[in-house]
Amino acid sequence: MNDAQKIRDFAIRYGFLLLLFGLVLYFSFAAQGFAGARSAVFVFQSVAITGILALGVTCTLVVDGFDLSIGSVATSSLMMSAYFMVVLEQSAVVAVLACLVMGAFVGLINGLLIVKMRVPDLLATLGMMFLLIGLQRIPTEGRSVATGMTLPDGSTAEGTFSAGFLWLGRHRFDVFIENLIPVPVIIFILVGVLIWVFLELTRHGRLMYAIGSNERASALAGANVTGYKVAAYMISGVTASIGGILLAARLGRGDIASGNNLLLDSVAAALIGFAVLGAAKPNAFGTAIGALFVGVLLQGLTMMNAPYYTQDFVKGGVLVVALVFTFALSGRGRRGGH
Amino acid sequence: MSEIACDIKGLRKAFGPNQVLRGINLTLPSGAVTVLMGANGAGKSTLVKVLCGIHQADAGEVSLFGTRFAPANPRDAFRAGIVTVHQSINDGVAPELDVASNLMLDRLPAMSGFFLSDRAIRREARKIAEGMQLGVDVRTPVSALGVADRQMIAIARAMAHEPKVLILDEPTSSLSASEADRLFALIDRLRDTGVAILYISHRMSDIRRIADRIVSMRDGEISGTFEGEALDYEGAVTAMLGHRMTEVDVNVGAQGAPVLQLNGVALSEGGADLTLTAHRSEVVAIAGLLGSGKTKLAAVLFGLTQPAAGAMTLDGAAYAPRSAAEAIRRGVHMCPKDRASNGVIPDFDITNNLTVPFFARHSALSMLSRRRQRRATEAMVDTLGVVCQSAADDILTLSGGNQQKVMVGRWLSQPCKLLVLDEPFQGVDIQARRDIGAHIRATSDQRATIVFVAEIDEALEIADRILVLNEEALVGEHRNENIDLAPLMAQISGQSAAQLGI
Repeated sequence: MNDAQKIRDFAIRYGFLLLLFGLVLYFSFAAQGFAGARSAVFVFQSVAITGILALGVTCTLVVDGFDLSIGSVATSSLMMSAYFMVVLEQSAVVAVLACLVMGAFVGLINGLLIVKMRVPDLLATLGMMFLLIGLQRIPTEGRSVATGMTLPDGSTAEGTFSAGFLWLGRHRFDVFIENLIPVPVIIFILVGVLIWVFLELTRHGRLMYAIGSNERASALAGANVTGYKVAAYMISGVTASIGGILLAARLGRGDIASGNNLLLDSVAAALIGFAVLGAAKPNAFGTAIGALFVGVLLQGLTMMNAPYYTQDFVKGGVLVVALVFTFALSGRGRRGGH
Repeated sequence: MSEIACDIKGLRKAFGPNQVLRGINLTLPSGAVTVLMGANGAGKSTLVKVLCGIHQADAGEVSLFGTRFAPANPRDAFRAGIVTVHQSINDGVAPELDVASNLMLDRLPAMSGFFLSDRAIRREARKIAEGMQLGVDVRTPVSALGVADRQMIAIARAMAHEPKVLILDEPTSSLSASEADRLFALIDRLRDTGVAILYISHRMSDIRRIADRIVSMRDGEISGTFEGEALDYEGAVTAMLGHRMTEVDVNVGAQGAPVLQLNGVALSEGGADLTLTAHRSEVVAIAGLLGSGKTKLAAVLFGLTQPAAGAMTLDGAAYAPRSAAEAIRRGVHMCPKDRASNGVIPDFDITNNLTVPFFARHSALSMLSRRRQRRATEAMVDTLGVVCQSAADDILTLSGGNQQKVMVGRWLSQPCKLLVLDEPFQGVDIQARRDIGAHIRATSDQRATIVFVAEIDEALEIADRILVLNEEALVGEHRNENIDLAPLMAQISGQSAAQLGI
């Protein structure tokens, strides 16, 4: 291996992490107040929900699938938890459980559509996305859910968001500094570690990668292809509903207009993750780094007074660079699994 | 025979270190059907791809009616008058369009005006259809037609260009007998118009029906040309399957207890009954041409499909697996053929590729133990002599033969009752083949082994017993000691004993 090759390999492997490190350094000097625990937590908080969704979609990418319905599962979960507590006057526990079951069920339907009905993954989950966007508006006739709202039958909603539920979105743990780390950040890290362990260390994760790489060969090696594919979509559904619950807990109301960007942001994070450590494949660590990368960049730019409307442009730019890293530089994309 | 339409001299083609065509000399006379036979990997499809401009030859030349011909792309070949109908028929038609549009598809780009005149298209299409005696309404959508009609349309469209050479790549592989008859009638008419036809097939019945000449191909070379009044079919099959005196001696061992028994298993509805027994410490080779039912039998043994009739027993207990996973649980391992699509996990390294069916046995509480995987892999890498830097190399960095060693090692790494290997020597160099064969024989006393082979040498090198499969029926059984090759070859090519006077 010659030197040019070595440098190239190093760039492919560590380029993105170095870029992230460089950005943090740059903003620390250039932007007043960027370096600091509070600011760091803010970055984490801004990407926690997106990151959780991105970890779920990573699982579907691993089995060579795709889940476009995650954004709408999250907003459905947002509306559903609000509806359960405010209109049906159920406890926080019931609301959370109902949302998780809903996420798993949607994932199951997605998986069955794809595996049993042979609908292509993009189309099946696109259909599911539309269906859920419509469905979440029907019980409230298209309005947001909040205490005191008028119900379709003319009565007033008496229920409230319980304190325990709001705790999920708003509580901050004391770590050295008082009220530092919010619950969603803890949950993001927890989900990240769980998905990472599952994908990297367990035989189930390894088989899911095998299925994504060569489905036929995996089936002939005795892998339960149907089961693992459905499981991937169910994981994706559950993580998306967790994201929705946290969003509801943060907002404190069932806001019909929230969560518009969730799908694109989380898919971008998962795709940026391909470039991390030169993996050139979906991976949980990369996804988390991808989400943080976007968070750092936006936080830094905002602190340097970049206008809010440039944000999507920046995200798009990062995504394109990451994809070039993945496919052009490492050359792994070309050999294309099948 | 008349004029030579196409003359191929010294054609060579290599992909990397892999010499696929090693100097092909072949002539295609006008007005005759030349059948090209060759086992998997003999280089047939590469030859076709060179002729129709998909690949460029490394050396040698092709001339068409005396003019040098070196197509840079498929369009060139098409313009020069070489038309190819590929095996996968949907490449040749646009199923969403109607017959008329399909027949006229090549001419659409050259038509004048912006708007199409459906009437003009149909009129022209009808002319083509009548000329070819298609007998379908040109307004029918192609998606509503059967495979045979689609194939006819692909050929008819090609014929509208008045080709000089028509290449048909296994055209009957998805046709029923009556559909094939229609195709043959069409080929007969084309032959009469003076087209040189290169017909690739393994079905002896097809070949008997339409061949004017037979050319056998083997290991990238033409291994036999047969022409004249009475074609020597058996000679052609022998030339295709080949038999060099093999240097590997097999000591036929004693049979152990029966492991797998097939009782009247039929591979398809109304097919012949297969009854056979595989014993412990015995290697059974099952030989047969493509389409003889080898792959179907392998699929039945591994639970991928269910037999149409009959039953199997494994170690005396009923054996009717519904999935590969169940077969593996019962102790049946199968190394499928065509490793690129059925075996190799391209994103994985050697270790993960070798252990993929047995992750559960290499993990505790679902957590994979890299150390255990590694130990199993390194043992296999050593015994099979896989050439690699380490067990953590990406599988795609290995040569074909070494990849195949990993695929076979995958199933040898854990003990089993029955090992099924479907064409394990496909696309493998001679050294790798010897290594794999030697290891399979050396460990064969621990299990029963069934090997499906494409070439006779392979069977002679590895088997204690050779069974012959033809048209899904067992037609011969030989103990691998002083085999008389003539009847073996005859059985493989499907000629009855009576015909040969044996």
